[in-house]
Parts: sequence; structure tokens; C-alpha cells
Amino acid sequence: MPTRVHPLLGAFAALVFLFLLAPLVIIVGASLSDTTYLTFPPQGLSLRWFANIFQIEAFRRTAITSLQVAFLGTALSLLIGVPAAYALNRYRVELPRWLSTLFVLPILVPEIVFGFSLLKSITIGSGLPVFPSLILGHALLVLPYSVRVVGASLASFDFSIEEAAMSLGCPPLRTFLTVVLPNIQAGVIAAFILAFITSINDVSVSVFLTGPGISTLPIQILAHMEQFFDPTIASVSVLLMLVTVGVMAIIEATLGLTFLTK
Amino acid sequence: MTASLTIENLSAHYGTTQVLKDLSLSVAAGELVSLLGSSGCGKTTTLRIVAGFLQPTSGKVRLGDRNLTTLPAHARDIGLVFQNYALFPHLTVLDNVAFGLKQRGVAKPDRIKRAMAMLERVGLAPFADRLPVALSGGQKQRVALARALVIEPPLLMFDEPLSNLDAKLRIDMRVEIRQLQRANGTTSLYVTHDQEEAFSISDRVAIMNAGRILQLDTPEVLYRKPANAFVARFVGFENLIRMKVIGRDGATVIAEAAGGTRLHLSQDAFGSIKDDFVLATRADGLVVRRDGEGIPATLGTRTYLGRAYQYKCQAAAGEITANGPLFDPPEAGAQAVLTPVSEQCCILDPED
Repeated sequence: MPTRVHPLLGAFAALVFLFLLAPLVIIVGASLSDTTYLTFPPQGLSLRWFANIFQIEAFRRTAITSLQVAFLGTALSLLIGVPAAYALNRYRVELPRWLSTLFVLPILVPEIVFGFSLLKSITIGSGLPVFPSLILGHALLVLPYSVRVVGASLASFDFSIEEAAMSLGCPPLRTFLTVVLPNIQAGVIAAFILAFITSINDVSVSVFLTGPGISTLPIQILAHMEQFFDPTIASVSVLLMLVTVGVMAIIEATLGLTFLTK
Repeated sequence: MTASLTIENLSAHYGTTQVLKDLSLSVAAGELVSLLGSSGCGKTTTLRIVAGFLQPTSGKVRLGDRNLTTLPAHARDIGLVFQNYALFPHLTVLDNVAFGLKQRGVAKPDRIKRAMAMLERVGLAPFADRLPVALSGGQKQRVALARALVIEPPLLMFDEPLSNLDAKLRIDMRVEIRQLQRANGTTSLYVTHDQEEAFSISDRVAIMNAGRILQLDTPEVLYRKPANAFVARFVGFENLIRMKVIGRDGATVIAEAAGGTRLHLSQDAFGSIKDDFVLATRADGLVVRRDGEGIPATLGTRTYLGRAYQYKCQAAAGEITANGPLFDPPEAGAQAVLTPVSEQCCILDPED
């Protein structure tokens, strides 16, 4: 039997969906416009602004940089974050409380401050080249996601199975790889996706760390918009949206979306 | 294969709190010894030190002629059964059981054969391909047992293995554990807070309190002859009456309790106790009578137990619980005497 919904509640829900979806509709509409300026509703239908993206070399180059930075930065953050989350949960009683707060700092500190301090410490402080500083900066930026999301799946992890494995003759490192890791797999994948998306979308850290010749896609979009206020921006946005939807579809098909929320 | 376990002068601390105080214990080859006590008595700490999950402050753990004290947990070769089963959720029942064999480098066909044989023994062969999540609590604990036994460890340890099961299953499982342990002749250390469980399953039981073993004996001896007041209370001696020896008459000791009550007791039970002592009895060990020698008391609340009436009595020595006759029972409020039945009384040192 279908549940009865109060008409006001139905209307409210519809408004929420409208509010969520309207900007996306507008972007998609604007990207299809045949005009040389951003407008909605689109005037005339055309795919030329999509074609234009691929003619602009900077978009292609920065997109590749963005993917590389997001992939390597996220991988680095997991390399630090998974062991950190493990230690924080395994030794919850022994370790001081503030230690877990330390790993959330990058989200608590205002982004602009965080970005600036990275510029001071990484680029200027250590004199690291632009590309590795970007990776390091992004790794720090997304570290909270690695630690928190992996930590959440470790919170419900029963550490006595680790002891069971050791009692059966499994050394500690092998225990971590063959017993702990397979049981927090979903958390690690979820952390990877969240961190990856955060990194791909980041502006405030990248704006400080990008340098001559090396930029990320969001920074390039901003730069492009300052010069040309044309529908290319909308087209790039639509492509980014499609990539996100594609990732989600792959997750849904392989693991089911529910593990991202559980 | 199986070996004796020797624990020598074990001390352990959590921060500044000492949780084990110079504890020594030995378990003979093939024997099952339980550590029994309420939470915080140190029984689980002892087990975790033997397993290698905790380091003692001082003391030694030996298994046969191996000194385990400084060995890491994975090199100790001890089968462990946990309270919460601790099965690997991502492995099938068969792979769970075969896990220890895999660590020992047993070839795949052989380890599957041996794991299957062990699953047969615990009656779970049809469940070999399932994941642990699809099993009931009792089945999970059987898998855990099979997993610990299949590596043929010289020592098996159980940490409250039945606490998460319901009452009926607990009784079935403890019989099953006992049978498997006997059949394999595996030396076992069993930790529990449940007296009935410890008594029913063990060759000997160590009753622990505050990081010490207060008495280590067979269940029969513990039940009938507790060595001190703590153990007496623990095994259900309701009455601990302080008394003093005031004279002797051949094999009879004349003793006095508060209020000047005198009792004639047999010298045999006294051992080395000369002066002050505690007379410990269960409610069954005191007979409520209308007159005769005994402790004068006023009968209080009467409850019907089926096999007897039980009274809460007020005596000069304090509150005493005693059982009265089923036929013509005295009413609450009546004056009576409580006569100790000597076979059911223990004479204990008041200092212990």
C-alpha cells in the first residue's frame, strides 16, 4: 500500500528538488547556447562551445594536471591517512584526544588561510617545484577525508579479529594487509572518491600553489572566465558533471552507492 | 604435542594500577584450568599476557620447555577462542578454519582437507562455503573452536567463550568444548565469571580476586572446603560468623560467638587455627530448631524454596540465613536456635 503524503509536504519536497536541480539545468542550457556570451535560456542550439574546449590547449593541459594531482595527492593522503586512522582507532584509549582533531585541521582552518600557509611553507619554505608542491598541498587538503572516512569504518571494526589472526600465526604487518584491510575496503574506496572529488574541485589551495606553466582545471576556468565570458565555462562544467555522474554510475554498478553513505 | 603451562610470579600494571600481583599458576599437560572471578580480578589480563597481547611488568610464562615471555603473539602457537567469536568476516567458514594452517605453510589441498575434517567434527561441514554473517551465535563459536583446534596447538585458551550465547546453548556448548578438549588432550586455560560454567567444565578452578589467585582446587573441594572467607562467599556460603576458641575437651573445641553463644565443634576442621576463627556455612548447614544447642536467633522473613523453608534470622552475631523443616515450620518472629551441621561447616582463618 502506498504511503499517503500530505500535499504541503509534497510541494515542499518538489521545491527542494527544484532548488537542487535548477542550477544544473541552467548550466546545461547555457552550455548549449549559440551566443558568444553566457545566457539562459539558450538562444539557438549549438555544440560549438563543447568543441571549443578541445581547441583550447590550456584546458586539456590543466585537466590532465588536475587528474594527476588529484590521483597522486589522494593516494598520498591515503598512504598517511589509513595508518593514522588505524592507530587512532586501535589505540583510542592510550592516545590523547586532541590527536584525532589534529587530522581535521585542514577543514577547520579557513581554506584561504590554509592555502596561504601552504604557499609559505611548501613553495617558499622548502623551495619545492610547483608540481610536487601541488601534490603535497592537495594530499594535506584531503587528509581529513582519508582519516575520517577510513576511521569511521575502523570504528565498527572488531580489533579482536586481528588478535585472532596473530594467535593463528599471522605476523602483524601481514595481519594488517590480509585481515584489517579487506574489512575496511569500502571505507578506503569511499575516502578515495571523496578526497579525489575534493581535490579535483579545489580552488583555494591550488590558487596559491599553481605557478608558471602549471595550473589546475578550476584555476584555468577562473582565468578563462576573466578573459572571455563565453559559454565554454558552462560546457566545461557540464563535462565535469558528466565525469562525476560517470564515476557514480561505475560505483553504483560495482559496489552500490549505499556504501558511500553508510 | 600438548604441553604444560607454567606462569611464574606474574605482575602487571595498567598505568600505576597493579592488576596482577605476583601470580603463579601451572596447568598440567592435558588439564583444563579455569580462571574464575568477577570483572577486574585480572583473569583476562592473565590470559592476554599468556597470549602475548600484553607485556607483564615482571614474571615468566612457559609452555612446555619454551619460554614464551618475550615471544610475539604470532610466534606462540596458542589456540584462542574469543567471547565475540572474532571470525574473519570476509572469509568463508572453511577459509576461517584453514587460516592458521595457511600461516603455517600447509599446502592448499591438505589444509582444505584438514579444515573440512575439523568442520565435520563440530558438525558444520554443510556450512563450509558460507560467510560468518550467515551463522547463528552457537555456529560461530563452533567455527571459532574448529579454527583454534585445527592448528593442533599445545595450549588452548578460552576468553568467556559462552557469554554471548543463550542459557540452553551455553550448557550444550560447554559439554561440547569439554568433549573436544578431552578427546584432543589439549592443555587449556579457560576464563569465565560464571561459577557454574567453570565448575562444570574444569579439572581445576582458580578463584581470583584483585590480581591474585585465592584458591586453586578441584570444583568439589572449592564447593565444599573453601580456603578463605572470600572464596566461601564466592561459592555461596551465606553465613560467616566470627567466633573465638575458649576451651578444648579432647577432640572437641568449645567456641564462643558474639552474645556469649557457645558451640561444641570437632577439632578435625580446625587445622592450625588456635584462637579467632570464622564459622562459614551455607543456609543448608544451619538447622532451625525450637531448642537444643545452637545459636539463639529471632526468625525473620520466611521464604519457601521447595526443598526447605529459608529464614533470615537475627542473632547477636548479626543476620544469619538458615533453612528450616518443611513439616511444621516455625513462624516468622519465633525464637529458635540454629544448629550447625558439622560436615557442612568450614572453619576459616579470619585474617584471610
